[in-house]
Amino acid sequence: MSAATALVLVSHSAQLAAGAVEVAQQMAPDVAIRAAGGTEDGRIGTSYDLVEQAVTALLDGGATAVAILTDLGSAALTAESVVDVLDDDRVVMVDAPFVEGAVAAAVAAQSGGDAAAVGAAARTAIDSFGDSATVGAGSAGDVAAAATDAVERSVVLRNRLGLHARPAATLARKAADFDAEVTLNGVDAASVLALMGLGLTGGAELHLRATGPQAAQALEAIVADVEAGFGEE
Amino acid sequence: MADVLDVAWATEWVRRSAAVVGEHRMELIDLDRAIGDGDHGENLDRGFKAVLVKLDNPDTPKPESVGDVLKLVATTLMSTVGGAAGPLYGTAYLRAAKVADGPTVDAAGIAALLDAAVGGIVARGKAEVGDKTMVDAWTPAAAAALEVADGGGTATQALRAAATAARTGAESTDPLVARKGRASYLGERAVGHRDPGAESSALLLAVAADVAEAAGAGAAGAAG
Repeated sequence: MSAATALVLVSHSAQLAAGAVEVAQQMAPDVAIRAAGGTEDGRIGTSYDLVEQAVTALLDGGATAVAILTDLGSAALTAESVVDVLDDDRVVMVDAPFVEGAVAAAVAAQSGGDAAAVGAAARTAIDSFGDSATVGAGSAGDVAAAATDAVERSVVLRNRLGLHARPAATLARKAADFDAEVTLNGVDAASVLALMGLGLTGGAELHLRATGPQAAQALEAIVADVEAGFGEE
Repeated sequence: MADVLDVAWATEWVRRSAAVVGEHRMELIDLDRAIGDGDHGENLDRGFKAVLVKLDNPDTPKPESVGDVLKLVATTLMSTVGGAAGPLYGTAYLRAAKVADGPTVDAAGIAALLDAAVGGIVARGKAEVGDKTMVDAWTPAAAAALEVADGGGTATQALRAAATAARTGAESTDPLVARKGRASYLGERAVGHRDPGAESSALLLAVAADVAEAAGAGAAGAAG
């Protein structure tokens, strides 16, 4: 089991929580993700017991850590109460935008990230609301400054639908799998949200740049995926 | 005047709390409709009704300390309220329960209990005085109780001072802009409305004092 960090998505609405689980699960098929939405009698609100049950079920199911994401105020307060009462180092709250954070957290968990890595990924999700170019600008700049042995490749995006959620997740996972820093059109290629933020459509030109011990292999693998249309069509 | 308050007081406080929340349910809903999501009265009413059910359940262990009663309130509110009031009040009662672990509390105990409750609310909600929240009622209440305790007053006097300060504190939220919770989305539009959580806090502390005074009005050493 590569994805041992599990997620609980807590929303005021059962439907919203379930929907967020669906979206996140699509990007991270091996991650255990549970919804804890609404009150026990199906109203809008948050249930301490539903959150607690979701967390303990995941821990009992073998999760090494559980990261909890919430939508609004009382969901966060309720989840924090659960974390306090359980008093278990494996259970952490992640303060991040609900949907974007859940997706980022799921992708990080899918890549084997521990609770800290999953939390950090979720928190960077807020950057997806800004100018996406600024998301990667810092990291791309750092990479350029740190490395002189960069490998570069350009490839045309074949998918008719462009770099939407599923291929973006595939690409981000691929980028994270190698010991390399990869950027795509200037943004961090390991960040699914940064990739989606580019809004690349079919036919767009992708400029890949990588540094690090496995830079060449990383680009090779990514280019192969892009040229195969990510298995879509 | 009772110098100390016991499990009977705590239990009766809970019963009166449920009653007063029920009586003011619509008023709290209206306050929350004005600046929040409108569920405060309903949520709190449901929570305290569930507390009564738990209290009257023959399977519930008989509370032996004031803290036992408060802990029962805490866990039930957390599980049943459904809005922010659940974890906020739940944490308040839970922290208060921890410092009231004996069969009675004196004035210093009341001050400590209220201080612990404030600590819980602040830890959970991260609000400060002036943010237009429950904290605006509880903080002056705890300070007033401490003043009475330090001056050698009784537990009942400490509670009455706390209730009076909480009432003033709740009213002090009327002109404020909210900086926490759903009301913070309203900006200036929250001005002129009382914070529902501060109002319910003032109601709960008022009945705590009422029950203590009623107990003291009976003969000293009355059954209980």
